[in-house]
Amino acid sequence: MTSRRNFLKGTLAGGAAAAAVSVSVSGPACARDNNPQPEGALGLLYDATLCVGCKACVAACKEVNGNPAEFSTPEQLWDTPLDTTAKTFNVIKMFRSGTMETKDDPDNGYAFMKTSCLHCNDPSCVSACPVSAMTKDPVTGIVGYDADACIGCRYCVAACPFGIPKYDYSSATGKIGKCELCRHRLPEGKYAACAEVCPTGATLYGKVSDLKAEAERRLSLKPGTKTVFQRGQLGGKDQSYENVVGHYVQHVYGEKEVGGTQVIKLSAVPFEKVGHKPLPERSASSKSETLQHTLYGGLVMPLAVLGVMTYFAKRNVKPDDDEL
Amino acid sequence: MSAQQHAAPTPVGGKLLTPVTLTAATLIVVALAIILVRFVFGLGAVTNLNDGYPWGLWVVGDVVIGSAFACGGFSVAMLVYIFNRGEYHPLVRPALLASLFGYTLAGVGVIFDLGRWWNFWHILTPGYASANSVMFEVALCISLYIVVMWIEFSPTFMEKWGMHEKRKKLNKVMFFFIALGTVLPMMHQSSLGSLLVVMGTQVHPLWQSMALPLIYLLSAITIGYAVILFESCMAAAGFRRQMETHILTPLSKVMLGMLAVFLVVRVGDLVVRGALPRAFEGSLQALMFWLEMACFIAPLALLGKETSRRNPARLFVGAVLLMLGGVLLRINSYLVGYETGDGWHYFPSVPEMLVTFGMFAIEVFGYIVITRRFPVLAAEDAAAH
Repeated sequence: MTSRRNFLKGTLAGGAAAAAVSVSVSGPACARDNNPQPEGALGLLYDATLCVGCKACVAACKEVNGNPAEFSTPEQLWDTPLDTTAKTFNVIKMFRSGTMETKDDPDNGYAFMKTSCLHCNDPSCVSACPVSAMTKDPVTGIVGYDADACIGCRYCVAACPFGIPKYDYSSATGKIGKCELCRHRLPEGKYAACAEVCPTGATLYGKVSDLKAEAERRLSLKPGTKTVFQRGQLGGKDQSYENVVGHYVQHVYGEKEVGGTQVIKLSAVPFEKVGHKPLPERSASSKSETLQHTLYGGLVMPLAVLGVMTYFAKRNVKPDDDEL
Repeated sequence: MSAQQHAAPTPVGGKLLTPVTLTAATLIVVALAIILVRFVFGLGAVTNLNDGYPWGLWVVGDVVIGSAFACGGFSVAMLVYIFNRGEYHPLVRPALLASLFGYTLAGVGVIFDLGRWWNFWHILTPGYASANSVMFEVALCISLYIVVMWIEFSPTFMEKWGMHEKRKKLNKVMFFFIALGTVLPMMHQSSLGSLLVVMGTQVHPLWQSMALPLIYLLSAITIGYAVILFESCMAAAGFRRQMETHILTPLSKVMLGMLAVFLVVRVGDLVVRGALPRAFEGSLQALMFWLEMACFIAPLALLGKETSRRNPARLFVGAVLLMLGGVLLRINSYLVGYETGDGWHYFPSVPEMLVTFGMFAIEVFGYIVITRRFPVLAAEDAAAH
């Protein structure tokens, strides 16, 4: 009977410890907020109302990243990827509704939407990666990938809320593929190829703080009036032109989603209809890391538990005991 | 240690070539052939993995479920050495053996699934390893635990090979390895749940929770006891030995206690988060949730009475249901409740399943060979009191 009582006591103690763990997890002690955006963060502003669906950005992306054409038609005449893959880092998707008469009309209209890495302020892929193959540049904020470090566990693929990192399952030495905002072209003084070739400035490259101000300016204008739009690089060579202000949804996608992203978007069709589900403002990585560091910070809790376990094991296991 | 005297472990003896071992060997050879194809042509050649479901049967089945099934050693070691319940001592060695296999294979199984497996050492190498990643913690603890378990099990080999001096020396420090052998699985079994937290809203609210580490840990301990019951029943039937009901009946009571704690945490978490209404939707996720809950609740009814717990058939069915509940919790949270976007589907391919069968076949094959030739199971006549 004594041993049963001891056992019950132990169970209660265990339960209390578990409760303490869950309380401390929800407590603010080790809580980490969303990581802030780096000051010099670089990114893109994609304005769906300016996009004409020419896909020059898709072709340019393939070229500068050395990626092959991918086919979705039986003829296999030209590059026709339907989604991003390990070898397609950028696609323009189309929204269609009813008769598809008017561009950017949610009813009986059509619209375009760019799909590529959003370069989150607090990326899940970077938090998930066990070997630092996914990293966020502290200066530019670009989320880069290093195949030489990668073990191919695909935790980044599973973690990304936008479904961006993709793995090449067709190869014995498959890599992850995703947009790295042309970071390999930055040392040459060049910028993101998708923005460089965009004929309408629908994809605009620049400092995120500038891009945000530009997005706010567009949202404040009266739809249907005319205004000046930049092309290529915001603050770079002047390639501006005049065009009509779109009937924007009053929402800068990427300003707050999962703690903010460095690629931000404007659209006239509600974002949910163009494949951009509403997402919480708290990043999943901040939750995951809060949990991890509460449980394992300084190894305090594991060592304390190990101490208790060692005490009981030392008491209950006799060294001259003949059997284990 | 308890004052009770137990029969010393002895080899069961008998033939190694039986229909069971031959079937296991065949499954192992088939799995090896498929793994070879995977290494030459890539993951896509043999699996149905895709970018919507980058983790499939090999991760969820072989590692997440496989290691939970291998919690028998840890669960019973806690009972015997931490809570000083010496009467369960005869269960330690067989449970440890099964755990050793389960974990070693889970560790090896990860390699087949890694897309860039030749870099696997990065995960334990400073400069590469990232402490922010839950997977880093899982990898570190599982690797350490496999080493610790081989040390814990080594006296079995030392006895067989007459290394008595070495055994005595090891016994002096064994208590530390036993302690380590309880803390490490607690850490990574909980982290196997934490792995899902970073996936955010892609995991259905019935499973996504900050309490996942606790839910996974409690379920792993419960499954540990269920697996011991299951293995004892199988060993008794397979080797035509007496059922150890005098130990298994009280053990099943401990198991039910853990199960009750698990259910309180699991349901309490759903209520606190306000996720419970999602269980009443007309969705596959809701259906699978109830299936999972049914498997966890049924053993309470099945084994609730003391007389029921003396019935070997009921013990066996209760254990199997609990294991199934653990399987469903893991499949539901990793696959059924995981949705990254429209248009993605996953169901394991036949070769994928054959590799998983092969992995379990290695465990069965190894368990039979080692228990027949090495002192693992308690000697028969003394056990039947």
